[in-house]
Amino acid sequence: MSIKIVALAASLLAVSAAHGASEIELEPAGNNIEDNVSLQRGAKYYVNYCLGCHSAKYVRYNRLGAELELSEDQLLENIMFTGQQPFDIMNIAMRPEDAVRWFGIEPPDLSLIARSRGTDYLYTYLRSFYADPTSPTGADNLVLPGTAMPHVLWELQGVQTAVYGVDEEHGAAPVFQRFEMLSSGALSAAEFDQVVRDIVNFLDYIGEPMQRERQALGIRVIAFLLVFLLIAYLLKKEIWKDVE
Amino acid sequence: MASTEVDVFDRLGRRLSALGAWIDARFPMTKLIKEHATEYYAAKNFNFWYGFGVLATVILVLQIVTGIFLTMNYKPSEAEAFASIEYIMRDVEWGWLIRYLHSTGASALFIVVYLHMFRGLMYGSYKKPRELVWLIGMVIYLCLMGEGFFGYLLPWGNMSYWGAQVIVSLFGTVPVVGEGIAEWIRGDFYISDITLNRFFAFHVIAVPLMLVLLVVVHIMALHEVCSNNPDGIEIKEHKDARGKPIDGVAFHPYHTSKDLVIVIVFLIIFSAVVFFAPEMGGYFLEHANFEPANPLATPEHIAPVWYFTPYYAMLRAVPNELLGALLMGAAVILPFFLPWLDRCRVKSIRYRSWIYRVALGLFAVSFLALGYIGFQAAETVYVVLSRVFTTLYFAFFVLMPFYSSHEKTKPVPNRVTK
Repeated sequence: MSIKIVALAASLLAVSAAHGASEIELEPAGNNIEDNVSLQRGAKYYVNYCLGCHSAKYVRYNRLGAELELSEDQLLENIMFTGQQPFDIMNIAMRPEDAVRWFGIEPPDLSLIARSRGTDYLYTYLRSFYADPTSPTGADNLVLPGTAMPHVLWELQGVQTAVYGVDEEHGAAPVFQRFEMLSSGALSAAEFDQVVRDIVNFLDYIGEPMQRERQALGIRVIAFLLVFLLIAYLLKKEIWKDVE
Repeated sequence: MASTEVDVFDRLGRRLSALGAWIDARFPMTKLIKEHATEYYAAKNFNFWYGFGVLATVILVLQIVTGIFLTMNYKPSEAEAFASIEYIMRDVEWGWLIRYLHSTGASALFIVVYLHMFRGLMYGSYKKPRELVWLIGMVIYLCLMGEGFFGYLLPWGNMSYWGAQVIVSLFGTVPVVGEGIAEWIRGDFYISDITLNRFFAFHVIAVPLMLVLLVVVHIMALHEVCSNNPDGIEIKEHKDARGKPIDGVAFHPYHTSKDLVIVIVFLIIFSAVVFFAPEMGGYFLEHANFEPANPLATPEHIAPVWYFTPYYAMLRAVPNELLGALLMGAAVILPFFLPWLDRCRVKSIRYRSWIYRVALGLFAVSFLALGYIGFQAAETVYVVLSRVFTTLYFAFFVLMPFYSSHEKTKPVPNRVTK
């Protein structure tokens, strides 16, 4: 059985390698967790574009409002416009069995996605959808080839295609070279990148909401310990002064 | 006014000493304090390397205390474990801090224990008369490995799940009975709710109970034979008129005041990790473990937590699974025999030959290199390197009776040096 498990693991690994091999380098997300305005925008985009399919079931609306400095009206108008209670968590209405019927898989909960995948991955992923007529959703992704996710942000980004070329070093296999816009979206490239950065910033924040507080507290704890160290050192010196 | 104050303190003092006498007549309180603190003498020339014992004790206490608070909100079930950790991280007051102290504490304990053991290798602390101290210490190390392994399943992340799967399946490599043993450990045909529940039982009560008991026994054995020192000489052999070792100072207040400084320095480094890098770049908290356990999808790259990677590299160095598992077991068991493998009479590396220095250096490098290789994918270059370093690791122990028999040692001083 153990050999079977190892074989199973190996085959799953091979599948995931074929499935998930990224063809492009990840770009730095450059998000700033301290930027509340960016987080507020990110929360709005998340609710409008992501929360249809992706829950964030460990996030509570009232905490979000308090920490992102959103007033109750702002919260009700922009974030909880479908009648949730402040203490509710960010859940979705889509049933898992429907999701599987529609997309083939259940869209993952995104509460911790920034911690498991990293912000650079998410930033590059959201910007790397390209038109692919052979895909059931009409789009594929260079970071996660074969992704079940449709290109949700196409209205903002526009539609791009991936241009492949032959690289002498890598032999005959075509190598990704660049994206080319087929049709432009509502936003410029720079504006769109900022939207993605805001979403990633929001995902980074909900991955560990206390991370901002944690660092501030850390400075105070270490400052206290340094003072304590000085006192303890003087005490040690006093006690040891007659030991040669 | 002044006289009444003196009177009050005087009376209080007399009451307290009466209470002390009352207890002493029924329990050896004063005797224990004298034996283990105020009249326990340890060498005055302890260096940096002698701080890791007290640090290990401090972290063990930290793990137990934070562990108790985690247990109050953690749910050891397949359906709730992962979510209950996030509940602790988000909704429980100070839960995030308690959890990070515990997760960082686990890694810190292994770092400190590895350094503590290396100190023993450098200064010959395992040699006569401290063989039992070493053996008990090794049993503590085994318990710690078990504690780390059982605890790692509890967050029920995907790396927890597959890490446990790989380790338990190692038992399945034993011919004939292997599969039965693996099933018996899991309590099921695969890692399941039942496995999680029993690992929880081991992690929170069975192993910690043994650990605490063993640590007490470790310290009792140590205090019986007296601590070693960087010169590897017995301070008991030079006593003053009152029978107190001339080169020793009392554990309290001398070593306790020094240990306090050491503990604070440690806490500063520890806090830097807890507050600024609790994931430690994916080494203390692995990225794949932020996804819930999924029996149908392995993480892209399965590697155990860093403190097991040296042994994991040895396991993968051998093409045969059973042999690999046996080798891994041998690597953990061999250090038990150190007191009898080492034939050199001189304890401290300060006065031992260059042969032992080179051997110990190669051993340390091998262990670190294997730890690094254990993280890497099993590519040819790493497999070859893991074989080289595994050989060096075993050579340190197996060849020790030969290279330690005829060492050209330096003269050992009578009294401790600076």
